[in-house]
Amino acid sequence: MADISAPAAALTTSDGRPLRAALASAQQRAKRRAFLLVLPLLAFIVITFIVPIGQLMHQAIYNPGFSDNMPRLTQWFADTPPGTAPDEAAWEALALDLRDASEAKTIGTVGTRVNYDLSGTRSLFTSTARKAARFEPPYREAVLAADDKWADPVLWSTMRQVSDAYSLNFFLAALDMTRDVEGRVVAMPEDRQIYVSLFLKTFLLAGLITLTCLVLGFPVAHLLATLPMRWSNLLMILVLLPFWTSLLVRTTSWMVLLQQQGVVNNTLVAAGVVAEEGRLELIYNQIGTIIAMTHILLPFMILPLYSVMRPIPPSYVRAARSLGATSWTAFRRVYLPQTLPGVGAGALLVFILAVGYYITPALVGGASGQLISNLIAFHMQDSLNWSLAAALAGLLLGAVLLLYWVYDRLVGIDNMKLG
Amino acid sequence: MKKILILTTALTGFAVSASAQELTVMSWGGAYGEAQTEAHVKPWSAATGFPAKMVDSDNPATPIKAMVEAGNVTIDVASIEYADAIRLCDEGMLEPIDIAALPAGADGTPAAEDFLAGAVTECAVSTDIWSNVYAYDTSKFTGEAPSTAADFFDLEKFPGKRGMRKGAKANLEMALMADGVPAAEVYSVLETPEGVDRAFAVMDKIKNDVVWWEAGAQPPQLLADGEVALTTAYNGRIFAAAVTEGKPFQTVFDGQVYEYEGFAIPKGAPNPELARQFIAFASTTQALADQAKWISYGPARKSSGPLVGLFQDGKTEMGPFMPTAAANLTNALPSSYEFWVDRDTELNERFNAWLAAN
Repeated sequence: MADISAPAAALTTSDGRPLRAALASAQQRAKRRAFLLVLPLLAFIVITFIVPIGQLMHQAIYNPGFSDNMPRLTQWFADTPPGTAPDEAAWEALALDLRDASEAKTIGTVGTRVNYDLSGTRSLFTSTARKAARFEPPYREAVLAADDKWADPVLWSTMRQVSDAYSLNFFLAALDMTRDVEGRVVAMPEDRQIYVSLFLKTFLLAGLITLTCLVLGFPVAHLLATLPMRWSNLLMILVLLPFWTSLLVRTTSWMVLLQQQGVVNNTLVAAGVVAEEGRLELIYNQIGTIIAMTHILLPFMILPLYSVMRPIPPSYVRAARSLGATSWTAFRRVYLPQTLPGVGAGALLVFILAVGYYITPALVGGASGQLISNLIAFHMQDSLNWSLAAALAGLLLGAVLLLYWVYDRLVGIDNMKLG
Repeated sequence: MKKILILTTALTGFAVSASAQELTVMSWGGAYGEAQTEAHVKPWSAATGFPAKMVDSDNPATPIKAMVEAGNVTIDVASIEYADAIRLCDEGMLEPIDIAALPAGADGTPAAEDFLAGAVTECAVSTDIWSNVYAYDTSKFTGEAPSTAADFFDLEKFPGKRGMRKGAKANLEMALMADGVPAAEVYSVLETPEGVDRAFAVMDKIKNDVVWWEAGAQPPQLLADGEVALTTAYNGRIFAAAVTEGKPFQTVFDGQVYEYEGFAIPKGAPNPELARQFIAFASTTQALADQAKWISYGPARKSSGPLVGLFQDGKTEMGPFMPTAAANLTNALPSSYEFWVDRDTELNERFNAWLAAN
C-alpha cells in the first residue's frame, strides 16, 4: 500500500519532469492545436457574423446625423436644460449651422434625421437652408421670415432629442411609439402605426405556414420512411429536386401558376368550378405568400421528420396493434411520440426561416402579403433609415431568440433531431 | 512558391486594373435599358474600345444613395429621374458636370442653348423626356374605352384590377387630376395637408383592386397576362410592347405626368473620367435622336427633334407616341422637381403607412 500512495509525487518522465506536469503540458499543446484548427472558423464567424450584427445593433441606438452636422445647436442643447425656450443664441446657432450644412451639402442628412422623429420636417430644413446664406442678425426674425414653422415648440423639443446621437427612439418607432413635447413615450398617430400589426401578422403567417408544412409533410415523410429503400429513394428525389432549384425560379413558377389568367385558374374555369368573371385571386395577397412559402419551406419539414421516422422499428406499432390498440391509438400513443423530436426540429426550422423570409413575399405578396422583413429591406434599401431597420431587425432577432429559449424550456433543445 | 505568389499578385493586380477600365452604366432595364444599350453603350464601346456594361435597377437613384453612404460605389454612370438628380446633387452624392464640356449641337449651337430649358443641371445631363401615363388592354373594353385620368379611378365605369407604381410620386398628381384639379394647380393643392389627404382619398377608391409594381418592365407584363385591366406605366414601355410585340395596348395621355431623365455620375465612381467621356458621347444631337429610334421618349436637345423619324422597325412614325406631341399635352403636368426634392421622403413614408393599413 505504502508503495502505491507514496511515490505518486515521485513518478517522473525519462528526462526527470514530474509525470503530471508533462501530461498537462502535452494536453495543453493538443488543446492549443485544436483551438488553432478551429481558429479560422471562429475568426470567420466573428468577422462576418458577430461584428456586422453588433454594428447593426449599435446603429439602432446611435445616429449622429444631427449632432455631426449641426455642432453649434447641439452644443446649445447640451448647455441648456430641457424645456428651455430658444433664445437669440439658439437662433444664431441654428442659422449658422443651417448655412454651414447647406454649403457642406449635409443638410439633407440633418433634415432626414429630424424627419425620422418628426415627420414632415425634412423640407423645412432643406428649403430654409437654401436661404441661410442671406441670414443676418437678428437671427430669430431672419429664420422665422424664411419659414414660420420654426417657432413650433414640438420641433425644438424634437431637435433636442435628436441632438443626442444615442437614443432609444428608433426602438420606440419600431414599436409604433414616439415621444411628445415633454419627452413622454406615447403611441404614434393612428395613420402612422404599421410595425406592431406587421410583427403580429408575420408571426401569425409564419405559424400558419409551419402548420401547413407539418400537415402536408408528415404523411409524406411517413411514406418515405416506410416504403422499401428502392421506392423511397426515388420519391426522395422528388422532395429534393425543388429543394435544389433556385428560390427565384420556384417563386416565379408560382406566379405563372397562380395568377388570374394562370394555369390553376384556367383549369378551374375549364372544369366549370369557377365562372370566367369569378376567377380566384390566388396571388399578390396573403394567400399567395402562404402557398408559395409553404412549398418552398416544405423540405425543411420533411427532411428532419424523415430522419427521425426512418429508424423507428415498425414492430412497435405492430406490437401495440397485437395487444388490442386501435390503429388510431397505436399511432397516437406509440408512433407519434417517437416522431416528436423530428416534429420539433422541423417546426422550429420552418418557423424561424418563415419569420425572416423576404424575397417570396416581396414577389407574390402584393400589399397584404408583406412581412416585417419586407419593411426592414425597404428601410435598408429605399428609405435608407438604417437605424430603424436595425431596430426592427433587432426586435425580430430578440423575438426569435426568445422563441428558441421557450422551446428549450418546454421541449428541450437536446430532443431536437435535425437529421 | 514565392514565384507563384508574385505571379498571382501581379495577375490580380492586372485583373483589377483591367476591370477598373470598364464602364458600368446603371439604368432601368427592359425596353428603356435596351434603348440606351443600343443607342449609347454599344456605340461608345465600339468607338473608344473600352468595354462597357449595362446593369439594371428598379430605380437607379436608390442604389446610388446606398452605395455612396456605404462608401462602395460600383457604377460609373446612372440614369436617374430629374428630381432625384437635383436631390442627390444637393446631398453631395453626385459628381458635378460642366455644361461647357458637352458637345455643341449638330448645327453648332452651344450645348447650353441647344438643350431644353433646365435640362442640364449642376450634376446631370438630361437625355430624354418620358412620362407617367396609364394604359389598358383594348380587348378588355369592347364598348366605351377609358380616356380620361378620372376613368382610371372609376371602378364602376371600368371594372377590373389596376396596376400602379409602388410609390407616391406621379400617383398623387394623377389622383388629383382625376379628381378634377387642373394641371396648373396640382402642386399648390398638393402642398397643403388637405391636398395630400384628398389625393389619398382618390386612391382609396381603388386601393383594394390595385396590383403594385416596382420595375418598369412589370406593367406591360401585368397587362399582357391579363392580371390587370388598366395600369400606370412609363409610356415608352407600353409603346415598346404595343409596337414590337403587337400587343393590343392603348396609352391614355390625359393626366400624364412627364419629366426629364438624365445621366449622372455618382460621387466616388470608379472611372469618373470615362463616365464624363461617355456622357459627352451619349448626349450629342445624333445620339439623343438615335435613342428615340428605340423608345418613345422625346430627346432633350432642340437640334435632335427634327432628326427623330421612324422607329427602328422602319415603319412606325414616332411623333404621335412622344409625351410631348401636341395632341398628348392637352391635360398634362410637368413633374415639379421643386416639390419632390423636398417632399419625397415624407410622402413616401405616408404612402407606405397608407399601404400597410388594411
